[in-house]
Amino acid sequence: MSIKVIKEKCTGCKICVKVCPFGAIKVEHKLAVIDLNRCNLCGACVSVCKFQAIILSAPEDLGTRAPKENYRGIWVFGEQKKGIIQPVVFELLGEARRLAEDLKTDVSCVVLGYKIESQQIEELFWRGADKVYLVEAEELYHYQDEPYTEIFVELIKEYKPEILLCGATAIGRSLVSRVAVKIRTGLTADCTGLAIDPETKLLLQTRPAFGGNIMATIVCSDYRPQMATVRHKVMKELPVDKTRKGLIIRKNYDGRLLHSRTKLIDIVEEIGESVNLAEADIIVSGGRGLGRAENFKLIEELAKVLGGAVGASRAAVDSGWIAYSHQVGQTGRTVCPKIYFACGISGQIQHLIGMQSSKIIVAINKDPHAPIFNVATYGIVGDLFEIVPLLTQRFKEVLKK
Amino acid sequence: MEIIVCIKQVPDTTEVRIDPQTNTLQREGVASIINPFDMYALEEGIRLKEKYGGKVTVITMGPPQAEEALREAISLGSDEAILITDRALAGSDTWATSLTLAKAIEKIGRFDLIICGKQAIDGDTAQVGPGISAHLNIPQVTYVKKIEEIRILEHQSTGAPEHRAPSTHSAIVRVQRMMEEGYVVMEVPLPCLITVVKEINEPRLPSLKGKLRARNALITKWGIQDLGIDKQDVGLEGSPTRVVRVFSPPPRKGGQILQGNVQEMVEKLVELLKSEIL
Repeated sequence: MSIKVIKEKCTGCKICVKVCPFGAIKVEHKLAVIDLNRCNLCGACVSVCKFQAIILSAPEDLGTRAPKENYRGIWVFGEQKKGIIQPVVFELLGEARRLAEDLKTDVSCVVLGYKIESQQIEELFWRGADKVYLVEAEELYHYQDEPYTEIFVELIKEYKPEILLCGATAIGRSLVSRVAVKIRTGLTADCTGLAIDPETKLLLQTRPAFGGNIMATIVCSDYRPQMATVRHKVMKELPVDKTRKGLIIRKNYDGRLLHSRTKLIDIVEEIGESVNLAEADIIVSGGRGLGRAENFKLIEELAKVLGGAVGASRAAVDSGWIAYSHQVGQTGRTVCPKIYFACGISGQIQHLIGMQSSKIIVAINKDPHAPIFNVATYGIVGDLFEIVPLLTQRFKEVLKK
Repeated sequence: MEIIVCIKQVPDTTEVRIDPQTNTLQREGVASIINPFDMYALEEGIRLKEKYGGKVTVITMGPPQAEEALREAISLGSDEAILITDRALAGSDTWATSLTLAKAIEKIGRFDLIICGKQAIDGDTAQVGPGISAHLNIPQVTYVKKIEEIRILEHQSTGAPEHRAPSTHSAIVRVQRMMEEGYVVMEVPLPCLITVVKEINEPRLPSLKGKLRARNALITKWGIQDLGIDKQDVGLEGSPTRVVRVFSPPPRKGGQILQGNVQEMVEKLVELLKSEIL
């Protein structure tokens, strides 16, 4: 495996220098030079070079590692909490249906839990599943890494799905990371786009990297299943079709697979009356501009009127004004609501990384040069202490009608 | 307690600027730092050592210059540092990376707790931590925001026959795991792996003594041969996933700055958002 620059073709244009995520390319004497100690062979420079001057030699053919033709169907992990299927599952089923059209295959949902109500399962069919693999045991009522992993591995070995999709949730990301290693297959985290390559029929998995400044499309050509976690709120669910029916395949596993070395002691729900950030269609966030903890009340009031969640910048969290679970950004949560209000947030790159994929961004800041205005759909330059309460008031009136 | 902390050297995004013309990262001259989440992992490891005794071994996989990150970890209080570096590792995805780190941990031998940051800020996958625990077949807890306590049940003699548990202690760790709606409290026996979030602690700054120690500290270097890893299991060849295309995301459309007095601006905004909210 190697990368090299073809001297005759390179013009020293430096485009490769700019796109290299690893800072591995320099131009010396009008020729690109790649520092192999920094290069990660990602190929960003290869695809951007207009002169085809960089060649990444393909891996040697090691033969087919898994008889791929035996793998059929698209699976969705049917994440449940306390017996309730999580909304991200419906989005994944919608996406799986679209992919299944291209592959001419079927969609299955895998549900692990205990005493799941039949209406929950029926809804999976209404939302696009053809089959539901259902494994029920008391040990599976709450998520635990080990039994969920072991059972998933058994199911995959027995039924051989071609693709497995999972929500990029706290549970989903922990589970499939473990499953992928045990199965020895590829896993792409946090995808924002999925498609089937018309020629190879491979799953094209597109995801942001480097905090969303670069998009990468990733494939898993030699191993099955092709596994991806998908961000919540990115894919579209299908309209509910109550005439759709499907097949339930019940599976039982013995105690050995159900054993968990980790024990769940307690579940503490902190969200209370407000909405959780991952699920919220609207998020109202406050930053340093709020000045002190008490002023978060303004943010909370606007969020409440809009039925949204409360977010915060790192500055606000580090000042102790609000709990870390509200932090949006690189060291907090990544969110993509329909509307994101940034109030008194200047828009450091670490914050932008966590919210720039929101559909609409509203920025309220007194500094007209604040970087937040570069990403804002609508900006108001002014005093948030005047503007936010007025907005709350007006939305209250408008929404009442 | 024998603690292993896995860290990664990443570009410092606070210094990264976006080229307005090409909308790509300008990385020239950008410094490298220890991944911020790994700083919390290191701090937690060092605190546990201070409380329970033992040793913190920090490991990283990366190019030769990742040694700087290890020296920083030593200046903060880590005892030993191991750099896994090999050209054959370039292009490794999370499967191959977690295999390599797991092999290194096996070579280290006995350990009680492995601590990783929740995810790295360049790749953002959050897959390597759980991947390591899957390769080692030990339990894991991800997104830990607090270690409530460690209950040491009995002390095993160091010469005890080792089966699958390479732990030096028989102990249970009780942690809080962050979830979307709040958190869950979990208990897990050692040896295990946890990944940590920012809330768990506030990392210290290096001491002068630490800095001096770091300068002269011996960094162990291992290649894939030292770890008994087959070349075709790592790097691009050994990685199930492969990047086929890299591109810049479409730039966000230039914003509209609302004009007028406060009343007018608010009115305008409500009008613009009404259809989205209703």
